[in-house]
Amino acid sequence: MDAPALAPRWELYSHDADIGIRGFGSTIGAAFEAIGVALTAAVCEPVTVHARTPVTVRCSAADIESLLYDWVNAIVYEMAVRRMLFSRYEAGIDGHELHGTLWGEPLEIRRQDANGSWVAQCVIDV
Amino acid sequence: MDTSDWQRVSPVEWRLSPRSGMHVPAVLYADETLVRAMDEKVREQLVNVARLPGIVQAVYAMPDAHWGYGFPIGGVAAFDPKQGGIVSAGGVGFDISCGVRTHLTGLTRAQLEPRLHALADELARAIPAGMGRGGYLHLSHAELTDVLLGGARWAVGRGYGEEADLERIEDRGQILHAKPDCVSSRAFARMRDEMGTLGSGNHYAEVQTVARIHDATAAAAMGLAQDDVVVTVHCGSRGLGHQIGTDFLREMAQEAPTLGVHLPDRELACAPIESDLGRRYLGAMRAGMNCALANRQVITQLLREVFARILPAALVRILYDVSHNVCKEEEHRIDGASRRLFVHRKGATRAFGPGHADLPEALRSIGQPVLIGGSMGTGSYVLAATAASESRSFSSACHGAGRNMSRHAAARSFRGRAVVDQLAERGILVRSPSMRGVAEEAPAAYKDIDAVVDAAEAAQLARKVAFLAPMICIKG
Repeated sequence: MDAPALAPRWELYSHDADIGIRGFGSTIGAAFEAIGVALTAAVCEPVTVHARTPVTVRCSAADIESLLYDWVNAIVYEMAVRRMLFSRYEAGIDGHELHGTLWGEPLEIRRQDANGSWVAQCVIDV
Repeated sequence: MDTSDWQRVSPVEWRLSPRSGMHVPAVLYADETLVRAMDEKVREQLVNVARLPGIVQAVYAMPDAHWGYGFPIGGVAAFDPKQGGIVSAGGVGFDISCGVRTHLTGLTRAQLEPRLHALADELARAIPAGMGRGGYLHLSHAELTDVLLGGARWAVGRGYGEEADLERIEDRGQILHAKPDCVSSRAFARMRDEMGTLGSGNHYAEVQTVARIHDATAAAAMGLAQDDVVVTVHCGSRGLGHQIGTDFLREMAQEAPTLGVHLPDRELACAPIESDLGRRYLGAMRAGMNCALANRQVITQLLREVFARILPAALVRILYDVSHNVCKEEEHRIDGASRRLFVHRKGATRAFGPGHADLPEALRSIGQPVLIGGSMGTGSYVLAATAASESRSFSSACHGAGRNMSRHAAARSFRGRAVVDQLAERGILVRSPSMRGVAEEAPAAYKDIDAVVDAAEAAQLARKVAFLAPMICIKG
């Protein structure tokens, strides 16, 4: 039986005028997938976005840094022209080629904008 | 920021002498409190900019300088094409020609107050704002090409505004030598439905009242009086500008070695002005500038229509429209001789002093209006450019308060609903589709606008004319 897939690990970090996004993974592809989730988190809570509709993305670059740049900008482009948000990402990387899929749904800002919602948080003493 | 290796020339001027490959010094205009609050990245980025080929005189940082993409926001740098000078997409920024336009209304605060809520609600309904919110115009490729060539003049020709509007916009509302064929199909696709929209982030439409007059003569020339109501819009070139920046930053970074340009920071991607890539970027950037000018012109018309419905006594006229995030070809005097330079102003405002031929006749004697936005809780300033700004900053001044807290930290620290309620208690109505956006734009996330403007005035870049207090804020 295969081990269950780990949820993408990502974070936002402080940057004066903008937002820093960071993704972690055991492979480059996993890190790219995680940074996609971080990009979503810069806009809204990823859990509010249903991963219903796939969008295919292809990127090709001269080096891995440029590939990351292209990947992030491809996500931004698809968000903009399709007016969608994405919460699940698949990034297959072979050298400096990326074959990816973005999974999301149409933008519904009032539902997906969670700043006004409640947060439940606690520490469990074990 | 550590000031130990900066020479303090005056209480608001700091100089970093050339080192580490810098061709020119870095000059920072700010008081000590502002300087110490700046990130060390500001210094690092100023040093990097000063190392670029063909840079002239100095790299300047405005009092609101902060960490940006390659160039610091609040950074000004001019390059001479005859000396191998470069043009940098990072030195312009992604939101090409993001800018501020202030309108006079002919109304007083007393006339507005009975209709304040009605005006707020109608502005929120009628002015497209927020992520994913499209505009009323859906432009074909051919129509958008006309926009990219015509700018605000295109919009006036389509019935969005009046011919008289154009003289109150930099370059009379149309940037020449734009090249729409240098703009990618992706950029066109992103702009198709976005003409006449505010966008999100720190973009806004704000109804304000003149709360203080600092310079009565200049205020009178600008048509500003105590308790007057004005409307200010802050927005830019939307998805088109962003895509142009994205496309050319990539190409410039990739081609730098071929073009013989050493990039101290990949984010400073640039190309020689006199190269094919440099010329293509300039053509595309100018197209982006026209897009922003057209965008604000369409919004002006939307504002006029809203006021006609809610406050028909209003007469909405443009005071002035300034752009940040641009590279402009300008003549400047260096060591007594006139030189043609390419001046990058990233998060900085052009500030042509009194007598400049490019200014409209009614404003020429007092200098160009410089419109400085604060936060939705603190207010904004109208300044007038000084003659001294030419020699001190290539005729440039600051553009806003600048952030002192990241968006991420602000969204974690504040609840948008609470910010809206707190401002409402002070009589400021906020309308936004995104409470997260409001949280990110909380007043406490911004620097002290008074300190920034005081420093700009003390540095002789511009002088205070009026302080504007917010009454209604429409945010994306």
